[in-house]
Amino acid sequence: MAAMLSLINVRKTFNPGTINEKKALKGISLNLEEGDFVTVIGGNGSGKSTMLNAVAGVWPIDGGKIEIAGQDVTGLPDYRRASLIGRVFQDPMTGTAATMQIDENMALADKRGRSRGLGWGVTAEDRDRFREKLKLLDLGLDDRMTAKVGLLSGGQRQALTLLMATLRKPKVLLLDEHTAALDPKTAEKVLAATERVVNRDNLTTLMITHNMRDAITHGNRLIMMNEGHIILDIAGEEKKKLTVEDLLQKFSVASGEEFADDGALLG
Amino acid sequence: MNFAAYFGSLNPAGLLGRFPAGIAQGIIWGIMALGVYITFRLLDIADLTVDGTFTTGGAVTVMLILAGWNPWAAMLIALLAGIAAGAVTGLLHTILGIPAILAGILTQFALYSINLAIMGMKANQAISVDRFYLAVTSRNVPMAILVSGIVAVAVVALLYWYFGTEQGSAIRATGCNPEMSRAQGININTMKVIGLALSNGLVALAGGMMAQFQGFADINMGRGSIVIGLAAVIIGEVLGEAILGKHLNFAGRLLFVILGGVIYYMIVIIVLWLKLDSNMLKLFTAIIVAVFLAVPNLKAHRKNSFGRAARNAMAETSGKEEQ
Repeated sequence: MAAMLSLINVRKTFNPGTINEKKALKGISLNLEEGDFVTVIGGNGSGKSTMLNAVAGVWPIDGGKIEIAGQDVTGLPDYRRASLIGRVFQDPMTGTAATMQIDENMALADKRGRSRGLGWGVTAEDRDRFREKLKLLDLGLDDRMTAKVGLLSGGQRQALTLLMATLRKPKVLLLDEHTAALDPKTAEKVLAATERVVNRDNLTTLMITHNMRDAITHGNRLIMMNEGHIILDIAGEEKKKLTVEDLLQKFSVASGEEFADDGALLG
Repeated sequence: MNFAAYFGSLNPAGLLGRFPAGIAQGIIWGIMALGVYITFRLLDIADLTVDGTFTTGGAVTVMLILAGWNPWAAMLIALLAGIAAGAVTGLLHTILGIPAILAGILTQFALYSINLAIMGMKANQAISVDRFYLAVTSRNVPMAILVSGIVAVAVVALLYWYFGTEQGSAIRATGCNPEMSRAQGININTMKVIGLALSNGLVALAGGMMAQFQGFADINMGRGSIVIGLAAVIIGEVLGEAILGKHLNFAGRLLFVILGGVIYYMIVIIVLWLKLDSNMLKLFTAIIVAVFLAVPNLKAHRKNSFGRAARNAMAETSGKEEQ
């Protein structure tokens, strides 16, 4: 079976030729099969977010190739590969349009990657469909469909963004520390919702997290990044048996240094 | 100064007599302000092109009518000219990466030459209602109010429809959250160009109506349009929110922008009637706009400032000493 997401020797350098030059990705290769739920960990500046942004197409990569569901997307900017990708960001403000209503936001997502013509933005039929979806979230948003999204809490906005990212089944779901800005209780709820929707729709998912325990308990595969390389890739039975101590041990063996991220240790 | 003589010289009937013409002009400025609303409120861009496109609309309309065109056909061409000018600003901004404000200034600057060229290298061109059929004219004020009112309502209805469509929603999303819009597959550059083009098209249409109403197009007729437009938008919003509060929907906002234009022009008329120096009018307008733009910030600042933090700290410390 062909891979759902392939990164082949992807390279990216920020500010090349300047004093701030940063080689963020130094030849990353990665294959995700359909339904793979991969958690990504690594210290600050290890290249986790850069890898996700490369897949999303936020900027062009310097070398290598990215394929989604067999389609070469290397030359497509983010808005032209959006039909293939669902994204949830770290900052709850990023994923939704604050001055627009809940139903309007969902209608925008419903049209993700499709042409937008002069048909009415939100139809009555759309609204019924959205209401059903919102009910599943169980956040009481289904009877607040015409409320402005700016009135929602961070957790509600992240849950809504997750719903929007998966409203049209994406080929790849990208989660960039999407619970990092939430309080622990809310974070747990949003993670549970993530787990539900990923399992239900068998979504191919890349999830960055700072929390090693989350990285271990969620997904069927775990990769660890350091200085622009993937230094660890654990799947299946081996992953199920992992502990945080194992991970730290493996990190120092693979990278030759101590894991220097207190947040990950304490999390 | 002799106040009695001053007030004695003011003529209340004269003020009332000027109101109808003021309403007509206010509605036309209101249509212009709808264009400003699109860029300023929906796209979050302060577009300075409008000072040029208002004149462009007037110039195109007058020259075509002088050439024997039907005024409505002339205004349609003016609308298209405005759309083209707005698209130029949009392309300067999106494709060439020039900051939006500077892109607008550049287009406006270039339009000065273009507007002169349209008017046959003359600074103004008169058009007499005695010789030509005009859509609106100050000679027939009730008719002018009716016609500009119908145009205004039609424009509001069209905008209400358009910004409710899939494409219009994408423009609103672009202005609100560009990053989210891109993630939803929206080409934000295209949306910005469409928004700027539409906005300037409306401004040019209003310019065409104003030129007919006053009976001439002038190279300086658009000067300060952006500020007048902002004044109308802000007056309309403040009034709309005060009267309708949470019930103020999108169509209501647009209608209140028109009303904002009318109220702005009423203020102008009262200032003129009071025999205040009309040369000071631009200063007054700028102050009014600055104050209204500043109010939301000042309100937020009052609740959340370092000065307040210092006073709170002082109060707490002194409170403890007393205990």
